[in-house]
Amino acid sequence: MKKTVLLLVLIVVLPGALLWAQQPAAPQGDFVPLSEIPQTEQLPAAPMVIGAYAFVWVALLGYVWSLWRRMTKLERELADLQRRVPKH
Amino acid sequence: MTRIFVPLVLIAMVLFASAPLVVANAPVEQTMGLVQKIFYYHVPSAMLLFVSAFVCGIASAVFLFRRSAAADRVALAAGELVVLFGLIVLVTGPIWARKAWGVWWEWDARLTSSLLLWMIFVAYLMVRRFGGPGSEKLAGAMALFGMANVPFVYVSVNYWRTLHPKTSVVMTLAPGMRGAFWFCVAAFAILYLLLLTLRKRLEDQQAMVEQLYLAVEE
Repeated sequence: MKKTVLLLVLIVVLPGALLWAQQPAAPQGDFVPLSEIPQTEQLPAAPMVIGAYAFVWVALLGYVWSLWRRMTKLERELADLQRRVPKH
Repeated sequence: MTRIFVPLVLIAMVLFASAPLVVANAPVEQTMGLVQKIFYYHVPSAMLLFVSAFVCGIASAVFLFRRSAAADRVALAAGELVVLFGLIVLVTGPIWARKAWGVWWEWDARLTSSLLLWMIFVAYLMVRRFGGPGSEKLAGAMALFGMANVPFVYVSVNYWRTLHPKTSVVMTLAPGMRGAFWFCVAAFAILYLLLLTLRKRLEDQQAMVEQLYLAVEE
């Protein structure tokens, strides 16, 4: 009887123990917390600061360019119209 | 205005050329580090977004109640600058947020209300551009609505839970940061005045061209 109980325990416990023992330390599908982010994984701040500053310049210069283009076109139109308007 | 225009252009050029040096020499913030330096042009742009929304709203009110065509031209010029400075705010802010918060965008009160304010003025320009005759009155009412939103956007960080820094951050800046910040505010403010003047002049010329077309047709 004792041998049968021992055998049953072994049948139940052993596969479980083996399964537990065979579990990988860090399953591939799970997220593993990290105490400290490696330097190579951190987002660098300098390109972001420079990128944001470059965007400000591009936006402002783009707007100035669009103003200049519109003004040039309008001045041409104005000169043309002033020639066509009869002088009193 | 023409007499002070050239000195203003020169001052703006000097300020903008030296701004990167001033910002680089400002102290690095303890928690956020280098990325906090985006603050030096993000906040002045936001200030001018608010100022421009007020200029557009007040000029629109003058146009609506006094039928002043000149006020309408100022409103249109300011409306375009709301969209320009709003775009700068809405692009530089998320770049800072990505590093500081870990996300590009958060649908919190300040960010969402700022986006809505910007969209109101984009709609204002679209109505002006595609609305046809009489659309300037409808656009004027939209500008008033946009201006009324500004105080809510400003206080949103103090009344709602948000990740965005509070309005008190500007007044409590460390001495080294304060100088650099107000330097950038001055540079942006002068640039704003120049752009507003140029855009208004363009609108004046446009009005002149329209009058000449009428004269030619007669």
